[in-house]
Amino acid sequence: MTAQPLLSACGISKAFGGTPVLQNVSLDLWPGEVHVLMGENGAGKSTFNKILSGVHTPDSGEILLNGQAVSIASPAAAQAHGIALLHQEPIIFPDLDVAENIFVGRQPQKGPWRSINWHSMYEQAGELLNSLGVQIDPHERMGGLSVAAHQMVEMARAMSQNARVLIMDEPTASLSPDEVADLFRIVRDLRAQGVALVFISHRLEEVFEIGDRITVLRDGEFVNTVTPAETTKEEIIRMMVGRPLSSLFEREAGSIGEPLLKVEGLTRTGHFRNISFEVKAGEIVGMAGLVGAGRTEVSEAIFGVTQLDAGKVFLDGKPVNIRSPRQAVQLGLAYVPEDRQQHGLLLSMTIAENITLPVLKQFAQMGWLRARQEREVAQQYTAKLHLRAARDVSQAAGELSGGNQQKVVLAKWLLSQPRVLILDEPTRGIDIGAKAEVHRIMGELASQGMAILMISSELPEILAMSDRVLVMREGRLTGEFNRAEATQEKIMAAATGQQMVEVAA
Amino acid sequence: MEPSVARPVGSPISRALEHKLNREFVAVGLLLLAFFVGSRLSTQFLDASYLLDTTSVYIETGIIATAMTFIIISGNIDLSVASTLALVACVTGVLHAEHGLAMGPAIICGLLLGALLGFFNGLLITWLRLPSLTVTLGTFALYRGLAQVLLGDHSVSNFPDWFVGIDSIHIARTLFHNPPIPAPLIIFLVLALIAGAVLHRTVLGRWTYAIGTNSTASRYSGIAVDRVTLLLFTFSGFLAGLSGLIMTSRLGIAKYDMGLGLELDAITAVVLGGTDIFGGRGTMFGTVITFFLIVVLRTGMGLHNIKPEQQMLVLGLLLIFSIVVPNLLQRNKR
Repeated sequence: MTAQPLLSACGISKAFGGTPVLQNVSLDLWPGEVHVLMGENGAGKSTFNKILSGVHTPDSGEILLNGQAVSIASPAAAQAHGIALLHQEPIIFPDLDVAENIFVGRQPQKGPWRSINWHSMYEQAGELLNSLGVQIDPHERMGGLSVAAHQMVEMARAMSQNARVLIMDEPTASLSPDEVADLFRIVRDLRAQGVALVFISHRLEEVFEIGDRITVLRDGEFVNTVTPAETTKEEIIRMMVGRPLSSLFEREAGSIGEPLLKVEGLTRTGHFRNISFEVKAGEIVGMAGLVGAGRTEVSEAIFGVTQLDAGKVFLDGKPVNIRSPRQAVQLGLAYVPEDRQQHGLLLSMTIAENITLPVLKQFAQMGWLRARQEREVAQQYTAKLHLRAARDVSQAAGELSGGNQQKVVLAKWLLSQPRVLILDEPTRGIDIGAKAEVHRIMGELASQGMAILMISSELPEILAMSDRVLVMREGRLTGEFNRAEATQEKIMAAATGQQMVEVAA
Repeated sequence: MEPSVARPVGSPISRALEHKLNREFVAVGLLLLAFFVGSRLSTQFLDASYLLDTTSVYIETGIIATAMTFIIISGNIDLSVASTLALVACVTGVLHAEHGLAMGPAIICGLLLGALLGFFNGLLITWLRLPSLTVTLGTFALYRGLAQVLLGDHSVSNFPDWFVGIDSIHIARTLFHNPPIPAPLIIFLVLALIAGAVLHRTVLGRWTYAIGTNSTASRYSGIAVDRVTLLLFTFSGFLAGLSGLIMTSRLGIAKYDMGLGLELDAITAVVLGGTDIFGGRGTMFGTVITFFLIVVLRTGMGLHNIKPEQQMLVLGLLLIFSIVVPNLLQRNKR
């Protein structure tokens, strides 16, 4: 390490509309370090990153680059200073190919008419991807690639701009464990080349694996910067939430009743084949597997979003033929989708309007809405779920933080009083406090006799919450473990197919 | 995560109004301005019964615009309404004049046909998963084409006396010493009132907003998106058919080129009235106010012998103005 930090943020403060979001936050970034930024949603991480990358300008405080005070007034200025921000959802042009995505707006040119030098562009793109150790064809259409590949291309784009500071906003949120391993390999390579990386993640395991230093923010204020060696996960959680969270990831098994949801031989050609399992009253069944294993497809087919090619679904022992989500809701099913913003919520509509949507008819007489009743019930449910930060239920759902948005989705489905609840990645991208509450709610619902199927890519979550664990791989069920026998290793083996290799060898 | 910009606390309704009426206020302002300017330029302009009577000339646009408000809020568009109007008028005329069907049953057939034509639009949209723009662009040509095949360049004019001249029927002085109100305006106001109540106060209305906000999330929430869409297009076709009958009654004839370009006037009234062309936002109030604004402007300009083409220029400028101004205001708020 050199004698001075690559970038220092000193006493950064920022307020939006009079509400302070960052107060006097300071942070040093050394070349060749992975600096993890942690904090609950709303702690100010994103705002801090946006200040570093020129999206916002700070109200006070200064940023030093190599000891020189600089002003980062725009994203273009940040780029000129070698600071690149990788968004949580990679920003891509799906219909352009990989090389075009890397060089968009900066295509190499030739000739008097500045036509694009395609040959040179593909060559450079190939070199960049190679230097990252990524096997992606620069000619491939971007839309056909995975989220992980999109991130790699975004990193290649940043590297093509000679980025010295790379800010990654929850890059692992939608990656499978294998893809995370790949990403970390690249991160370590870049670190070795002297790039300074800011890394945001809610997954503590990852933070300890990849981070050189960890800075925790809480409510817009700097709490501490520590190294992984001198701290523990519990300590980090305490710093983030300001109190010890003992209830995190603990659930007592309740009494389990009769099977409520039972499926036999579910098949949807090209997506999944011959899936059979059951979920009993009071039981939480976890569904593990890699991203793309077909878990979401199975739950969408059960909920009637897509149609089955073969197989039977039983509710309460009776065969049902669910052809639409509307029917599924009427039969007592509820589905919390993976993509909260696109499938779960109407972002520009109010909290109350979102919550009552599936059972709106209950709030109407002869089709006429009873606004007061609707509002009261919505308030009651948001209070029940400790929905914070909401001014009242007339606030637009899109203005809430991720954790609170998820609570709106939960409230909406609780109101429909389902007997079977399917949750797809229920805690993705939400902060630790909200996560614990979502888990608490799930536990309560199960103990009230609801049958819960939970898809999750986070093994600690699967292990902590599930009475039983199903594992899917490439569209098939490849493992089933009860709570006592489920371990991280067994689940991963079933999810990746390692076991079969061992048996064969 | 950024906190949301602080906004005043209020009841859901006052907040919704604050949110939704932004554009509507512009329309109300323009309407008052148009009245003021018009009255300064012409004394005839202040003759209430004259103004009320002129609304009859545009009433079909207004009626169609009430349905169009639902269609656009649901994230769709219906370009076929004016063609539906013409086809319903022609078929009704032919049924009565050439096939000897009594006018009463012919009217019922016409109304049913309008609903059917709208239902057909809805079917193509929901079954084939085609965008409403594409489907109704097709039926826009198809329906008027059918009318032309049916009647050619002829017109049907031998309607019974009781049917012709709905605009000359007036609800005379009654309660408030009001000037006589023409029947078409009454029909429009009653329809707008009902449509507004349905849009803002019923389950169906809420579903319309939900579908226009995010149809996928609406489907995941158990809303029968296809059924609602089908219903809205059927309603649109029905009101277009009704408008065709009113226009036939007003003009005393049915011809294939009736209401040419009327769909654009209706869309203009809706969008100028603050409804978001991408769906999810808008009010019936905005549409009604804007309809009157258009009537006042056209009447005022007509009194000054400004040609219809030039009137279009003014309306076009207004449309752009009404979209640009609230956007600028919104931007300054941030």
